[in-house]
Amino acid sequence: MSLLDRVRALLGDEAVEVAATADGVPRVAPASPDAVALLLGTAREEGWRVRIEGAGTWLPADAPADLALTTRRLDKIPAIEPQDLSATAEAGIGCDLLRQQLADRGTWLALDPPGLAGRTLGSIVATATAGPLRQGFGPVRDHLLGVTFVTGDGRLVHSGGRVVKNVAGYDLTRLEAGAFGAFGVIVLVHLRLRALPRADQTLVLEGSREDLTQVAEDIAVAGIQPAAHELMSPALARRERWLLAVRFAGSAALVAAEEAGLRTATGGRFAPLRADEGHSLWMRAAESFATRPVAFRVGGLPDSSDELLDLLQHQIGDEWISASPAIGTIRWGGEATIDRLKRLRRTLAGLEVPLTLERAPWPVRSAVGHFGAYREGVGPLVAGLRRTFDPGEAFVVAAEGAE
Amino acid sequence: MRLAFAFSVYYYLMPRDVASLVDTLAEIVGPRHVRTALPERVTYAKDGLPTHRRVPGVVVLPGSRDEVIAVVRLLGALGMPFVPRGAGTGLSGGALADGDAVLIVLTRLNRILKIDARNRLAVVEPGVVNVRLSVAAAPHGLQYTPDPSSQTACTIGGNVAENAGGPHCLKYGVTATHVLALEVALADGRVVELGSPGGEPWGPDLVGLFVGSEGNFGVATRIAVRLLPVARAVRTLLADFTSLRTAGEAVSAVIASGIVPAALEMMDQSCIQAVEDSVYAAGYPRDAAAVLLAELDGAHEAAVAADAETIEAVLRAHGARSVLVAADAQQREKLWLGRKKAFGAMGRLSRDLVVQDAVVPRSTLPDVLETIARIAAEYGLTVSNVFHAGDGNLHPNISFDGRTPGLRERVEAASAEIMATCIAAGGTITGEHGIGLDKLRYMPLLFDGDSLAAMRAVRHVWDPEERVNPGKVVPVHACREWAGTRNAERGTRNESPDVRSDFRVPTSALET
Repeated sequence: MSLLDRVRALLGDEAVEVAATADGVPRVAPASPDAVALLLGTAREEGWRVRIEGAGTWLPADAPADLALTTRRLDKIPAIEPQDLSATAEAGIGCDLLRQQLADRGTWLALDPPGLAGRTLGSIVATATAGPLRQGFGPVRDHLLGVTFVTGDGRLVHSGGRVVKNVAGYDLTRLEAGAFGAFGVIVLVHLRLRALPRADQTLVLEGSREDLTQVAEDIAVAGIQPAAHELMSPALARRERWLLAVRFAGSAALVAAEEAGLRTATGGRFAPLRADEGHSLWMRAAESFATRPVAFRVGGLPDSSDELLDLLQHQIGDEWISASPAIGTIRWGGEATIDRLKRLRRTLAGLEVPLTLERAPWPVRSAVGHFGAYREGVGPLVAGLRRTFDPGEAFVVAAEGAE
Repeated sequence: MRLAFAFSVYYYLMPRDVASLVDTLAEIVGPRHVRTALPERVTYAKDGLPTHRRVPGVVVLPGSRDEVIAVVRLLGALGMPFVPRGAGTGLSGGALADGDAVLIVLTRLNRILKIDARNRLAVVEPGVVNVRLSVAAAPHGLQYTPDPSSQTACTIGGNVAENAGGPHCLKYGVTATHVLALEVALADGRVVELGSPGGEPWGPDLVGLFVGSEGNFGVATRIAVRLLPVARAVRTLLADFTSLRTAGEAVSAVIASGIVPAALEMMDQSCIQAVEDSVYAAGYPRDAAAVLLAELDGAHEAAVAADAETIEAVLRAHGARSVLVAADAQQREKLWLGRKKAFGAMGRLSRDLVVQDAVVPRSTLPDVLETIARIAAEYGLTVSNVFHAGDGNLHPNISFDGRTPGLRERVEAASAEIMATCIAAGGTITGEHGIGLDKLRYMPLLFDGDSLAAMRAVRHVWDPEERVNPGKVVPVHACREWAGTRNAERGTRNESPDVRSDFRVPTSALET
């Protein structure tokens, strides 16, 4: 019996009636968390190697595997609770659809990840790719109340819950966020929401990188607390020069006060954008990272932002950069060779700055690894966790890269 | 005296080895800091919860990170269980050690190693008392935001172990949101550094996994935390209600308004009376069924004032009998003192107090509060509610006299019903106090056998022999079989596997 016949017998015809993969790997779309568990339990017995896919718009669907498991049929939203500001969604839901349904109920998921609007929720959680709103609302993990995931041997594991505070048991939710699927396929996510902001204003300032870095510093010192505060390279912002974009979101009174504070701190140099212009700026910047073959993030300290930008410019170029100088996070997009990425990671490690490879073709990510550098003694912990959640090494995930 | 304590540690050691253990510990930390006499050890037999009591075999108080590591290595070599402990203010029996275990008390590691105002972070030792860090950061206009009620006594190491919350976590997040990096001594004494001062993990988020693991994964020896600017503008409102249900409904209305208060706390009538009868009397209306204490804060006076007006209107529209806005800092502090000292004030109600902890979806608060009142009436117990309403984080507190025959059993039975009620409402059994010993029995109500087994297997990655804080968090009997679990039960150590890693980061970001 062929692999697909076996899957058909397990999950029904509809689970295999999905678009074929470009590389000929059979693609299966289970329609429920239990079906994912059944499939992975069988994969463990049969020794199948499985790659995990969402909508296929972020990580390329190119890892060598016996089977591609796509979450795209896990696209339900079992609950949106505006009074509790929480929601439960399956991992395969596209973020554009989720966002729309949340907005219809007056709620908002304060995440603006890089990539296309239709990226799946599971992809964003698994890769922990937050966008500029990380400045005001925290990284991906801060938006998660709980997850359900399926291990490499087909066990369904629940972590957290749907309430906003929860310390029952170890926090496996945070472990799943940003593990790139190494510890399981995320099938269901409980989300912390915010009320849709009453006011949302973006203001921009063009200039040289040096000038804008100083302005960013002035904003931080003035105690202004934007929702996003992003330094974008000219190519990313589609401008002649670098762009500093500041976004305020919240009550009308808060946004008005922050705007006034910004004017005072920077001498009124920022230009406000219309709502559609602001939306388009952030959206285009996010989508740009899906058009470049490689994207990574580095997490330094605020006072090292400028130095890190210099380093990137020197070692790998600075054409596609989105940096949050007030929190020290930089996202880079572009083309890069394996050697260059490895060298950069080594240099950054010397500065105590981690580099996480977020997106790359398989030959690059298998050689470089999403993580690739651990502190002394951490490698065995990660390896132990992988063995715990994927004892048969079913998942094809380039967590560490090759020697 | 030495042999008087040694009965239970015989389980692991021959008598002369016990003497040798004490001598070796004394060599590491100094004889004054090894406690073996029964009266001394009894001091550590409880935490803030009166229902559990365990007398540790030996108590050791290391004075430095190196001493902690040396002690842990020694205990690792002897295969002895141990329990890390901070100030002992926990409320789940999480820091209690049996007679066969060594209690490692970390309160002497109380140095603030670094405050980096430019990058808004601090590096501290685990025994630093929570409020001390905010005091030290204040000259820089910064603060450490998580503020458990016990913040004048509890330690940041304990906060990390329990993922502690506090009133202002509604807006700013619990401890996990604020921990950037950790240095940890593992069960066998190996030292690892997790996370980075910028907050971006090196690989999977092991800091996130460690925070809230209740000491099961090792001992945090250095902790890097995020500091936040002290709010420049603050408004504190006190709203009173003639029914608990109406107050609960007002909470949902505030949350749905789109404005996130810094804190939104509720106290019921029993709690109000206790506070008003105490030296912490805050001027809460004695005839109210409940009061809500709401605080708005931010960087801008005008914005905070406008938000406070909106919240005041929401409270009035949803049944508040009156809303008092604190006129000045003095009045604000008085209103808060009543809330923060409510647990102490409740000590007046009876000899013993069980501070319970559970979370429900905020929209279910009115129903759940009524059900809790019914349970209290059925069991003939006094239950007072003082809690983080904005988070749905309940603290139904049961006042009782443990000397009354049969009363403890009634308290236990009522607690179990309250937990079942919260789970049925879609909630959880603890929001900030942890599982410890107290909540172990409820874990199978919340998690299935596979999910519990997954937790236990994760624990084995850090501590294959389950020696660090044994018997806490995961009820072993309820775990399904897991490959890694079987290995550990046979007593075989997980070998350290090779990791395909391009290189390793050799230095420490937490050196100061």
